[in-house]
Amino acid sequence: MIVIVDYGSGNLKSIKNMLVFLGVAAQISSDPEIIERSDKLILPGVGSFDSGMNNLRSSKLVSVLEAQVFQEKKPILGICLGMQLMTNSSEEGREPGLGWFDAKTTRFNFSSDENLKVPHMGWNFVNPVGYSRIFEDLNGPLSRFYFVHSYFVECFDKSNILAQCTYGTEFTCAINKGNIYGVQFHPEKSHKFGMKLLKNFAEL
Amino acid sequence: MLRKRLIPVLLLSGRGLIKTVKFADPKYVGDPINAVRIFNEKEVDELVFLDINASRENREPDYALIEDIASECFMPFAYGGGIRNTDQIKKLFNLGVEKVILNSAIYSDLSLITRAAEQFGSQSVLASIDVKANFWRQLRVYNHLEGKTIDANPVDFSKQVEKAGAGEIIINSVDNDGLMTGYNYQLVQSVASSVSIPVVAC
Repeated sequence: MIVIVDYGSGNLKSIKNMLVFLGVAAQISSDPEIIERSDKLILPGVGSFDSGMNNLRSSKLVSVLEAQVFQEKKPILGICLGMQLMTNSSEEGREPGLGWFDAKTTRFNFSSDENLKVPHMGWNFVNPVGYSRIFEDLNGPLSRFYFVHSYFVECFDKSNILAQCTYGTEFTCAINKGNIYGVQFHPEKSHKFGMKLLKNFAEL
Repeated sequence: MLRKRLIPVLLLSGRGLIKTVKFADPKYVGDPINAVRIFNEKEVDELVFLDINASRENREPDYALIEDIASECFMPFAYGGGIRNTDQIKKLFNLGVEKVILNSAIYSDLSLITRAAEQFGSQSVLASIDVKANFWRQLRVYNHLEGKTIDANPVDFSKQVEKAGAGEIIINSVDNDGLMTGYNYQLVQSVASSVSIPVVAC
């Protein structure tokens, strides 16, 4: 069973809807006992970095998640803010992140003549870097995903980069280290491409 | 680079989908859940559902139906109809809606846009502006509840809506609705060039 971690941040229902549609057992929960019984975890998130970190801490979920991820080695997928929380810090806030990746979260910074809007919102093409199981059958030039974000992740360890995307500049839109995965886009809103990615994650 | 978005706009009346001509003559065209399934397969970029009777009938959004739609809608889902306050918006987001569309409520009071944008982020708050030519053939904002234009031109009103905090504007030309003759390009162009947020032609 995949547990979608509920720490009071974001739209969890659509992630569950897609997993249910795929026939994957899924549950939304903030209960440590249920999280401990999971096979895999999804860390969702919409909203600001500091409120996300504060919510995770006040729900006393940080140590619960770290035990699952580092001792039990359960696969975990961070989505959008959930991915950003896995980095050391964010320009959006002052709170330290989870620090699971040697990476930081940075704001898009365009000069006015570039005429690019922030947030980066809409469908964009995603280019996987090398092979990874969660992008299996998604490495064609037409794989696209839905994005809504103003900040993106910069990896200091380039070997953690799973996929790149271009919006004004090339940025990292998927990361991986061992059993820890993060995607900046919203697979739950990226119809057949998102379904394939979540199915790949469920089958890890 | 970002792709242009192609967004079907589906009109809800009761639990069915309808099509109108110049905002009148509603004709039943099908079941909303079935339509969502088809649009999933067609891989459209987003879906917009507008409950065109909710405000007129002074009722709440049909949360049960919206939840059913959201459970099958695997793309961004925007909903409009009968939204008057941020509690309703919160409820809609919890059901799996990504964006809310405000229309009749903003003709009298733009502050709902501001409050919603502050609480949920402007990317999730859309303003839908209906436009119709008045007797003198000037384009004016149209209030469908009263069935008449209000004294505001679409460009100025769009700027106010942007300033209030809307993340996107949907421009709907009443005179072109349902005729299948294309958009009012001049109108869309004039609005799009006067604001810096995305403008969706409808």
